[in-house]
Amino acid sequence: MEHTIPEKHYLNEATGWKSWLMTLDHKRIGILYMIMVMFSFFLGGVFALLLRWELISPDKILMGPEMYNQAFSLHGIIMIFLFIIPSIPAILGNFVMPLMIGAKDVAFPRLNLASWYIYVIGFCFAVYALFTGGIDTGWTFYTPYSNETTTAVIPILTAAFVLGFSSIFTGLNFIVTIHKLRAPGMTWFQLPLFVWAIYATALIQVLATPVLGITLALLMLERVVGIGIFDPAMGGDPVLFQHFFWFYSHPAVYIMILPGMGIISELIATFSHRRIFGYKFIAFSSLGIAFTGFLVWGHHMFVSGQSDLAAVIFSFLTFFVGIPSGIKILNWMATMYKGSISLDTPMLWALSFLILFSIGGFTGIVLGTLSIDVHLHDTYFVVSHFHYVMVGGTVMAIFGGLHYWWPKIWGRMYNETLARIAVVLIFVGFNVTFFVQFIMGTQGMPRRYYTYLPQFQGMHGFSSIGALIMGVGFLLIGIYLIHAIFKGKPAGPNPWRALTMEWETPSPPRAGNFEGAQRLTHGPYDYDKVVPENALKQYKTL
Amino acid sequence: MKDDAAQRHILPLNLYLAVGSGLLVLTVITVAVAQMDFGQMNLLIAMGIAVVKATLVAMFFMHLKYDNRIYMLVFVGSLLFLGVFIIFTMFDTLRRGDIYEEIAEPYQKEAVIYRTAETGTASSHAAADSSHNAAETETETSDH
Repeated sequence: MEHTIPEKHYLNEATGWKSWLMTLDHKRIGILYMIMVMFSFFLGGVFALLLRWELISPDKILMGPEMYNQAFSLHGIIMIFLFIIPSIPAILGNFVMPLMIGAKDVAFPRLNLASWYIYVIGFCFAVYALFTGGIDTGWTFYTPYSNETTTAVIPILTAAFVLGFSSIFTGLNFIVTIHKLRAPGMTWFQLPLFVWAIYATALIQVLATPVLGITLALLMLERVVGIGIFDPAMGGDPVLFQHFFWFYSHPAVYIMILPGMGIISELIATFSHRRIFGYKFIAFSSLGIAFTGFLVWGHHMFVSGQSDLAAVIFSFLTFFVGIPSGIKILNWMATMYKGSISLDTPMLWALSFLILFSIGGFTGIVLGTLSIDVHLHDTYFVVSHFHYVMVGGTVMAIFGGLHYWWPKIWGRMYNETLARIAVVLIFVGFNVTFFVQFIMGTQGMPRRYYTYLPQFQGMHGFSSIGALIMGVGFLLIGIYLIHAIFKGKPAGPNPWRALTMEWETPSPPRAGNFEGAQRLTHGPYDYDKVVPENALKQYKTL
Repeated sequence: MKDDAAQRHILPLNLYLAVGSGLLVLTVITVAVAQMDFGQMNLLIAMGIAVVKATLVAMFFMHLKYDNRIYMLVFVGSLLFLGVFIIFTMFDTLRRGDIYEEIAEPYQKEAVIYRTAETGTASSHAAADSSHNAAETETETSDH
């Protein structure tokens, strides 16, 4: 059975640039976000490649120390604030979540569009900073240095401040949507786990982001007016900045990873064709992570001069984060056990996630141990841990999710062979890049240096080769995904035989999402009871 | 349904007047206790009265008592998070240097690096201590 693209869908029901820039359709706003966020990812990736290029040799190749400081700061700021925080909620959350709960749109479509415009304004401030002196503070803006450097601190702080509002708007919108717009019959425990994860994320976005806003505003006041809140000479406390900053930024790393975990729950259930194991445990562990994430920020400050009492408390509490994360990993594995697993591309991303995120998680426990962290702090071990969690975790999930929902978003299928090659390239490239960084870290290679001792030459070179492999992998993904939008084979409504509600619409869906009111007929993971009607024949046979 | 009920909810005027006079009485008490010195309890008493007043306003004037419970959850939840932030930060700021003095100092006196630069560290400590004290006196005076 050949599938066809429906005649009218959200992509062609209205045309012209105005229909896009003034759209209130959550799906189109998701795509607007996709364009901006993926461009940011590209930009951040270019900086990453420049850094790895410089580090091929301890001598100066491309940039000296000042330029290097700017390059890693921009890599961090762009990847964190412009890419990874908005990525899953704003792109896939926007596109998929209302479809998943059977809603016509989000609760506040205008607020949704406003959040995108605010994102664009924040993006412009960041680009402005890039061209007016750059930034060399790292993505953490620690005082007192951020108060003294002559680079464009104010524009970049404004950028992060403004982007925070975009994030709050999205979070608020999603909370209300999930509370109010669920299809009749869909109780909280019939929500797909992606929706639970987005909900937990939204709570953190709303609770934590204002603190970042306050922090950045205080830092700006400090720089412009000299209020002295972080300046010891005026009775201030520079470590207080770190408290402020990490009270947001530690929960923010859960803003980054939680929606990724939601995607993985969907992928594993769909491609194991099996009821998800421990639904409630997975749902509540998301909330558990969101909550405990607020109590551990001091583990970033073990060597910053905070009191020993605080350090001991924060180290102790940090171990608790391992529990909900562990619950998730084990439940996913239990879901796969005796499932009928098909290794389509999204599942390959999910499996990569399981392996890489576990490594990232365990090394997080290592770093949370107070006595060990004193030695490993500010070494490549930290860099590697963070990338295993954020790239090995979130980025794997984003691309898993993009590959999973790409046929829903565009109605067309990508080239499966190329897609599998790309997963392998990224998985291999990632490990080549970052695994040696654990070793370098334990041997004392400090982070944020443009040069190093000759003994690290081999490992740094190896790491840079890995970055190149990843670069090729991402380029390949970009090519075949864009190709699929125009030339891909029509995918049909439900290419993966999934049971969540977004697959009950045609691909691509129509502007109002569903014909008439949507009603819940089965749970999201009832694979033991239901075979989806619209997927009697799969798109391809393996 | 609940939301509609909350919007239509009208409280008797007497209740408003009672709560309003309660707030006024509490204001008088605030001014009165500010004239007396309770030492360390100064801040606690002032904040305690302020919390009671804020609670009254939120419960009756803002209708939280009669509204959907989720709004109460949001309101109290946000206060709890503020509490977490302040208390956990105080684990640091109030206890900075505590264990350092008891345990670390003897070791550091043995260490060569501290012996050679003893004067330097000593003076920086004194500076940190005095700024700490200055900050403390400042809060104390502002309490009065």
